Amino acid sequence: MNSSYIMPFVDSVNNVFETMLQMPVNVGDPAIKPHETPAADVSGIIGMTGDVDGTVVLGFPTTTAERAVAVFTGMEIHADHEDFADAIGELVNMISGGAKAKFQGKKADISCPSVVVGAGHSVFGRKDVKCIRIPCDCDLGEFYVDVAIRDAVESAVAEAA
Amino acid sequence: MKVMLVDDSKTMRNIQRGILTQLGYTQIEEAVDGQDALDKVDAFSPELILLDWNMPNMDGITFVKQYRGAGKTTPIIMVTTEAEKSRVVEAIKAGVNNYVVKPFTPNVLGERITETLSRLKAA
Repeated sequence: MNSSYIMPFVDSVNNVFETMLQMPVNVGDPAIKPHETPAADVSGIIGMTGDVDGTVVLGFPTTTAERAVAVFTGMEIHADHEDFADAIGELVNMISGGAKAKFQGKKADISCPSVVVGAGHSVFGRKDVKCIRIPCDCDLGEFYVDVAIRDAVESAVAEAA
Repeated sequence: MKVMLVDDSKTMRNIQRGILTQLGYTQIEEAVDGQDALDKVDAFSPELILLDWNMPNMDGITFVKQYRGAGKTTPIIMVTTEAEKSRVVEAIKAGVNNYVVKPFTPNVLGERITETLSRLKAA
């Protein structure tokens, strides 16, 4: 993956949390997502197409996600409520939208978000696209952004091979 | 003043509704996508529309084209994650009056509303 695609996500997650939740985020070193990773309880997933394609996942433990939604919406919303999924979806939407605007010379569209809620689930992306995990920590707890995207040209070449 | 909020996210509609209410705008109608907005707009007759871009069924830019194509002049502020300059230009060319990029603070949304309405009043 082109590493220049990662910093926009680091900037964007900071911007979204600081602006909408008034919550600074400490971002750790992005690294290739290891095969064995702790499973998530809540995942907001968005697809990207265009000059850049792939998937972005915003993953949380339930407690952190519920705290984030409470601060974001101003209401306590349990993880099994549809409004909870809506709020998580909007967070990953803003993070992805903000990041793609900083892809130099590349245009990308983002899908409407999907949200998975369920203790200890795993999200598997395409095997042929490396996933970079951006670990994040704030007063609400730890969470992460997984970015598995690449240039569409690179994808087309791989598919044709 | 009557304001129509068009966004597929209930969370974003609630946040914007809260900001509008604090600014004194209490006559608010909500729509969940562009088609829903087209269905409701004549009955509600908004004086301002806050419009998301990425929505299922009918996106914001399609709504703008159809709405302006029907000769409607109600001011529209696009409130969206689409932050690229090319998107802003596309929206303005289609007939959007102002643009707010998500995430936004209440102050930014308030300023853009005031700016949009003042500009139209002065015209």
